[in-house]
Amino acid sequence: MRMFRSVTIGQHIPGDSIIHRLDPRTKILSALALIVLLFVIDGFVGYGLAALAIALVVRASKIPGRFVLRGIRPLMVILVLTLALHLFMTDGRVIFQFLFLKVTWEGLIRGLLMGTRLILLIIGTSMLTLTTSPMQLTDGIETLLRPGKRIGIPAHELAMMMTIALRFIPTLLEETEKIMKAQMARGADFQSGGLMQRAKSLIPLLVPLFVNAFRRADDLAIAMEARGYRGGEGRTKLRELQFQQHDRIALILVAAFSILMGLLF
Amino acid sequence: MSQAALRNVSLEIEDGELVGIIGPTGSGKSTLIQHFNGLLKPDSGKVFVDGVDLTLKDTQLRLIRQKVGMVFQYPEHQLFGETVLEDVGFGPRNIGLSDEDVIQRVREALAYVGLDFEAIKDKSPFELSGGQKRRVAIAGVLAMRPSVLVLDEPTAGLDPEGREEILAEISQLHNDGITVVLVTHSMEDIARLATRLIVMDRGTVALDGTPVEVFREVARLRELGLGVPEITELMHELKARGLDVRTDILTVPEAEEEIIRVMGWRK
Repeated sequence: MRMFRSVTIGQHIPGDSIIHRLDPRTKILSALALIVLLFVIDGFVGYGLAALAIALVVRASKIPGRFVLRGIRPLMVILVLTLALHLFMTDGRVIFQFLFLKVTWEGLIRGLLMGTRLILLIIGTSMLTLTTSPMQLTDGIETLLRPGKRIGIPAHELAMMMTIALRFIPTLLEETEKIMKAQMARGADFQSGGLMQRAKSLIPLLVPLFVNAFRRADDLAIAMEARGYRGGEGRTKLRELQFQQHDRIALILVAAFSILMGLLF
Repeated sequence: MSQAALRNVSLEIEDGELVGIIGPTGSGKSTLIQHFNGLLKPDSGKVFVDGVDLTLKDTQLRLIRQKVGMVFQYPEHQLFGETVLEDVGFGPRNIGLSDEDVIQRVREALAYVGLDFEAIKDKSPFELSGGQKRRVAIAGVLAMRPSVLVLDEPTAGLDPEGREEILAEISQLHNDGITVVLVTHSMEDIARLATRLIVMDRGTVALDGTPVEVFREVARLRELGLGVPEITELMHELKARGLDVRTDILTVPEAEEEIIRVMGWRK
């Protein structure tokens, strides 16, 4: 029953590289710029240059390549599907025909481009989560959303919810394992049977899990109030986010690169 | 994950024993007992229940889990049924018993923990008091009619009355021939109930013997961060102050008798 031990929460890999030390806001904004850029540009030259830029960032982060590439594995299915759909569904010059399926030259190009776009998106954004701790990430999001308060975006509350959710993932996994063991000791079987039977066998697991989660939430709320929590109003921070010189340089570089790429490709 | 949770643990529990397992937090008590019904399997070594090797691949763990009932810490946190009847009957239904048999088992199990079947069967387990919830959860394990019952701190978080009731019920089960393994932090409880004590320390068995034998090792127990029952402590103190009493005493009546004897009083 060690099934949950292997689950890693967030993929943050601590380090002390220049990328790690950047302000989380810098990294979030850069990631956003990259996403927009990857949807704007088209063609292999543009993607090649974007890939080069991402490769430089990966290099600078000193994170081993296999961790970065590991992020692609769960999306393999989507990648293959994307390639296949484009391959068969695009009209154009036929390279190869098999019954009603025909592979076109245009389809091949399109499929490869879309695949490259997806891979670059995954690697680029995973650089954000790999080099930024969940705490920093929520801090960054909170600060970035703060101006949105006037139009009713509850920045602090969102960030607090994220923090609490992250904090309780390991706790809930542990709890799940405990309840599973207890029910298995009473002869419960979570592994065999058809779909309906398996879904039904989850009731003895899910009901206590939810009951306990609500109980825990109650306890947490009381503990927070007991320590004077009353929302984000007037709350000071232990770690203030501060833009450094290297953040300014990084943002200028990202902006310049994005604009240039956007115009050229 | 490189540190072994248990090392070189070798012990045998006989039918009809009431074994107490004590040890500081993190000494491997909970890990140890989860091997008793195959919820955990050792990386190396063997576990036998009634001569059946649990580490073999083709061992029917379901049958073993029926035989070795396990009550985890805060068992009331695993309640899920809409009614007490449904929850306590979960185990028997998993064995595939008929409705009649299930009801019979539930009735019997609830009686063991001192709850009235008719009064409680249709209630939601979530509307019961803390002590009642705990007893319903224990009944859920007893409904499997185990021949061995393993309990991990069954009295944690209960008020004194609730503790006494649970301990009396455990004692009753033991008298009825069920082998009981009890993990606890309460030296008083265990001194009173157990026929044998096993002291765990950092994944190994540190001491193993009758309560009198184990509680004689006061220095060793202190070293492990454990105590001895208060009354035993008192006898040691009296001895240290020059009163020639026996120190192998675990209960108040025994202590009373001994002090009267030594002082030469008459009842």
